[in-house]
Amino acid sequence: MDTLEPIVSINNVTKTYKRGDQIIPVLEEISLVINKGDYLALMGPSGSGKSTLLNLIAGLDQADKGVIEVGGIDITVLSESELSRWRVSNVGFIFQFYNLIPVLTAFENVELPLILSDLSGKERKEHVFTALKVVNIEDRMSHYPSQLSGGQQQRVAIARAIVTDPTILVADEPTGDLDRASAANVLDLMDRLNRDLGKTIIVVTHDPWAGKRAHTVKLLDKGVLSDDSQDTHS
Amino acid sequence: MRLLFFYSFRNLLTRRVTTLLTSSGMALVVFVFAAIIMLAEGLQKTLIETGLDNNIVVLRRSATTEVQSIISRYQASIIETQPEISLDRTGARLLAKELVVLITLRKKVSNSLANVVIRGIERTSIDMRPQVKLSAGRLPKPGTLEIMVGNNVAKNFKNAGLGNSIYFAMRSWTVVGVFDAGETGFSSEIWGDSDQLMKAFRRNAYSSIIFRRNSNFDLPSFKRRIESDPRLTLNAMVEVEYYKKQSEMMAKFLRILGISLTAIFSIGAIIGAMITMYAAVANRTAEIGTLRALGFGRTNILFAFLLESLILGFLGGCTGLIFASMLQLISVSTTNFQTFSELAFSFRLSVGIVTKAMGFSLFMGFVGGILPAIRASRMKIVESLREV
Repeated sequence: MDTLEPIVSINNVTKTYKRGDQIIPVLEEISLVINKGDYLALMGPSGSGKSTLLNLIAGLDQADKGVIEVGGIDITVLSESELSRWRVSNVGFIFQFYNLIPVLTAFENVELPLILSDLSGKERKEHVFTALKVVNIEDRMSHYPSQLSGGQQQRVAIARAIVTDPTILVADEPTGDLDRASAANVLDLMDRLNRDLGKTIIVVTHDPWAGKRAHTVKLLDKGVLSDDSQDTHS
Repeated sequence: MRLLFFYSFRNLLTRRVTTLLTSSGMALVVFVFAAIIMLAEGLQKTLIETGLDNNIVVLRRSATTEVQSIISRYQASIIETQPEISLDRTGARLLAKELVVLITLRKKVSNSLANVVIRGIERTSIDMRPQVKLSAGRLPKPGTLEIMVGNNVAKNFKNAGLGNSIYFAMRSWTVVGVFDAGETGFSSEIWGDSDQLMKAFRRNAYSSIIFRRNSNFDLPSFKRRIESDPRLTLNAMVEVEYYKKQSEMMAKFLRILGISLTAIFSIGAIIGAMITMYAAVANRTAEIGTLRALGFGRTNILFAFLLESLILGFLGGCTGLIFASMLQLISVSTTNFQTFSELAFSFRLSVGIVTKAMGFSLFMGFVGGILPAIRASRMKIVESLREV
């Protein structure tokens, strides 16, 4: 089965932050394997290091120690500009506050990651239409973010995340700013992306309800990955 | 990159008031810069267009203007016999021995006195200046106390209109004609019979000799010949070059004034642009983080913010130039430092000035935007994304 093929492999990753002279450990000797097509939730109290781990997997930050391989590429050895190029085609981001560019329309927001690709204008348009259709927001593509509800904005953000057909989708509290109904819609959509399109999803959440949608829940506490992971589908 | 342009442009549109104020500051500087350079250009063009390429001016060797020059009748007669002078249809030499004197007249608007050039002419003087066209009245008759005035003199000075009499050199001179020499220095002169004017001013020497060169004329060899002739202490130059030199000092002064003033003003405009762009960077920290997360590199971010600042400069430049172009409708009259005579001219906008002004405006945008753009490009992604 596809799901047994490792897509993210984390080995003994350590991350610390400096605050003045003080060194604050955030992640300690983390090792984790995420298989292709997996839907993983990282949960834990605030400050446990969930977002830091997500940022390291997504290539937004650099680990102090250890190896992170995504799709067979060791991203810890990539330079900053190499990481930028890598992110374009390998990582789709879903943020808590959607992070849409307010001066661009829904269509243009979705098109944004594609302008860094080699696609022609026509191909870009086709990709954007497909992505907007997948999240069922094509009728709002000319609207600016301020003209959309929170749920609609998050769907546009999801379309932006999948438009490049990335290796992994990372979501940091994707339902944190939404009401129950909108949150349910977004979670349904993420389910569909995982189930129907085989997308590998890594989500950081505080919300147990959102966590339950994942196949696997990993718990982090004080920078250490707990052994009592849950397989929510078993 | 069309999308990045929209991103920068629409961000400016979103902050309409800030954009308007910042670009207005730049527009003001561009306006001042363009206006002063247009003034210098107008002065220079007016004087350059006064002369013609095929006319040669002969002056006393050390003189830089006709007012300072003295050419005796004997010397004039030697020049008259030079073989490089063209002939008219009647076979007469196209050469005029002219007198240039300054008188003072009272201005209509300010009631102040200003120097005006009186040019003593011969019949051939008009033949050699095709730009001079009679617009009212008739030409002064030789041997009479009749004069004709340039249209700027008729317009700007008291009692200088057609039919009026002007009193100078102890005599009363009747204005029998008004001529239009276009945007040239002649339009600010009074012309009368050379012999009558020499008598009236008690002069027995001319100020300059002008002649139309023929196809055998070679300036270096002509200059060598008259310079080596011990009877002549004269110098010759092409008429265009002569008038160009007349404008150099004042045009240079205006340009230095313009550049100095705008250099000082531009510091304010650059600081304004810098504050605007720093505020833009501070307000869009999360956006910067998002763009970086999506894969945009530092250079892309630097370019986007720099582009925004350059658009500000472009808008300022266009606005400043639009207002400056309206100055072309205004004609100003001032004393030329070199000739000490009143000269009327218009602000002139040229492609060169537009290019310089736009370049200057974009430079202000660039200097104002580069530091904030560098700051934006150096932001750490994770820290930026926290700023929601």
